[in-house]
Amino acid sequence: MTRFLVSLLLGVTLLAAPLAAQDGPLRIEITEGVIEPLPFAVPDFVPDSPDAAQAASDLARVVAADLSGTGLFREIPASAHIGSVSDFNAPVQYADWKAINAQALITGAVSVAGNNLTVRFRVYDVFSGAELGTGLQFAGTVDGWRRMAHKVADAVYSRITGEGGYFDSRVVFVSESGPKDQRRKRLAIMDYDGANVQYLTDSAELVLAPRFSPNGDRVLYTSYESDFPRIYVLDVDAVQRRMLEQAEGSMSFAPRFAPNGQTVVFSLERGGNTDLYTLDIASGQQTRLTSAPSIETAPSYSPDGSQVVFESDRSGAPQLYIMPASGGEATRISFGQGRYGTPVWSPRGDLIAFTKQNKGRFHIGVMRTDGSEERLLTASFLDEGPTWAPNGRVIMFSRETQGAEGRSSLYSVDITGRNLKQVRTPEGASDPSWSPLQK
Amino acid sequence: MGNLGKWIMAAALLGLAACNDPARLGDGMGGDASAGNGAFAPGSSSDPRSPSFFQQAIGDRVLFANDQSALSPEARATLDGQSKWLLTNTDYTAVIEGHADEKGTREYNVALGARRANAVREYLVTTGVPANRLKTVSYGKERPIEICSVEACYAKNRRAVTVLAGGLTG
Repeated sequence: MTRFLVSLLLGVTLLAAPLAAQDGPLRIEITEGVIEPLPFAVPDFVPDSPDAAQAASDLARVVAADLSGTGLFREIPASAHIGSVSDFNAPVQYADWKAINAQALITGAVSVAGNNLTVRFRVYDVFSGAELGTGLQFAGTVDGWRRMAHKVADAVYSRITGEGGYFDSRVVFVSESGPKDQRRKRLAIMDYDGANVQYLTDSAELVLAPRFSPNGDRVLYTSYESDFPRIYVLDVDAVQRRMLEQAEGSMSFAPRFAPNGQTVVFSLERGGNTDLYTLDIASGQQTRLTSAPSIETAPSYSPDGSQVVFESDRSGAPQLYIMPASGGEATRISFGQGRYGTPVWSPRGDLIAFTKQNKGRFHIGVMRTDGSEERLLTASFLDEGPTWAPNGRVIMFSRETQGAEGRSSLYSVDITGRNLKQVRTPEGASDPSWSPLQK
Repeated sequence: MGNLGKWIMAAALLGLAACNDPARLGDGMGGDASAGNGAFAPGSSSDPRSPSFFQQAIGDRVLFANDQSALSPEARATLDGQSKWLLTNTDYTAVIEGHADEKGTREYNVALGARRANAVREYLVTTGVPANRLKTVSYGKERPIEICSVEACYAKNRRAVTVLAGGLTG
C-alpha cells in the first residue's frame, strides 16, 4: 500500500514535469503556455520576535495569493505540509517538501522595530535540492507590509519565470455606484490585487478614463467639472488636481502620457470633429497631429515614444492605426471583421491590446504591432478598456453586464487568454489603468 | 402688503429662480403638465413661450440611427420647431447634448455624441439661430435615459437634446 502511494505520487510528479524541467533549474516558460500550475509551498514566515508574528503570517499569505493568482502556480496548503520551518537559517529538509510534491519552497523571516518592517526570504528548488538564487531582504514600514509581500512575490515570480514581476503595483480606476441612468463615478486607486482602495475625487462630477504617468506619480483623466469634458492632471500622493490648458469652446478627452511624462496626447473636438493633439504640460504648447474629418481618438504611445497607435473611423468604421509621434502618415494595422478601439501599446513594445466589437459581442484582444497574429482573449456583452501589467503579461479591463441591472467590474486575463478572473472592488468599477512597478 | 401679497411675491421669485437656473433648464425629465383648463398658465407647457412648451410640444430631442449623426426628416421637423422657438425667445441660449447608446467604446462614443450635437447645432444655425447662442457637449454613453440593453432602449439613447439656459434676462 505504501509502495503504491509512492509510485502514484511519482506518477503525478512525472505528469507535472513538463512545466518545470526536473533536470534543469526550476523554471516556467510563460510563452509556451502553462497548462498545469507549478505546486509550491509557503509556510508562515518566521518571526524574529513575538510582535512580528502576525506580519510573518500575513506576509506569507499575500505572497501565496500573488503567486496563485497568476494561474502559473498552485499553493499546497499548510494543512498538507509534513515539514515546517521554524529557523530561517536552518538547512531545508527537502524530503518533507518532495513528499508533498512542492516543486518550489519559499521561506521567509520578518522582524519589526517600531514602524520598520524587514523581510528576508529564500526560494528553493525542491527537486534539485538547491536554493534558487540567493536570499534577499526588503525593508519598509509596518503599514506597508503588503508591499513587502508583493516585492517578495515579484522576486520569486521573476526567478522562476525569467520575466519581470507585477505585484508591487497599483491600479487607478473609476469607481461606480447607482443604477445605469443615475450612475455616479469617482476616481479611486488601489493595489493591483484590490487591497487598500482610496478615493481620489468625490462623485459630484462625471469622470472618465484615468491614466497613470510613466512613473506612477500622476494621473490624467477627463472630468465634466466645468460642464464640458476637459483633461485634468492629479498628483497621486497629494491628491491635488488641476485642469490642463485647453482651447475654449472645445471638448478634450482620451488623454495619455508620453513615456517622457511631460507630453500628453489626447483627443480634441471642434465643430463636431475629433482629432489628435499633443500638449506639453510645462509650456502649454499644443500641437495638432491629425487633420481629418473622421473621428481620431484613444491614442497610446509606443514605449520608446516614437509612435502613436490610435483609433479612427476614416475607413468608415473604427480601426487601429499607427503614426509617428509627431503626426504624419498613418498605417492601418487592424483588418479583421468588426470594429476596433482603445488600442494600448504593451510596455514590452511587442503587442497592442485593443477592444473589439463584432457580431454583437465585445472582446479584449492583442495583436502584433504590424497587426498580425490577432488573438481574442475574452468575449462578453461588453468588455473594453484594456491596460497592461508592468511586465506585459497580464491585461486588466472593464466588463459591463447586460440589461437594466447592468454593472461594471474589473477583470484580468493572461495574454495567453488563460486565468480570466474578477478583481474585487467595493463598488462597480471601470476604466482601469495599471501603474508601473513601484520603486 | 398683506399675506396674500407676500405669497404672490414669493411665488414670483421662485419662478424667477427656476427659470434662471443655468445648469439644466429641463433635461427632458421634468415639465409641468398641470396647467388648468382653458387659458394657459404662464410657464406651463401650454405657454408657447415656456421651456416646458419647448421640451414637450416642440420636442427638445432628436434621435439618430446606429453609429450615425445624420438628421432624419423627423429630426429636421423637430429642429425647425426648435429654431422658430429660439428665434422668438431670444433671451434663451441652449446647450446641445449629444449622446450615444452603450454599444461602443467610451472614447469613440464621446466623439460620436459630439458629432450628433454638432449636427443639430449646424442645422439650427442654418435656420437662422445665432451660433453664439448654441453650445455643444457630448456625454458619450454616460447618460442613458433608457437602461435596457435592446434596440428599443438604444434608439432612445442615441439622441441630441437641446437644453435651454438663461431666460428672463431681457
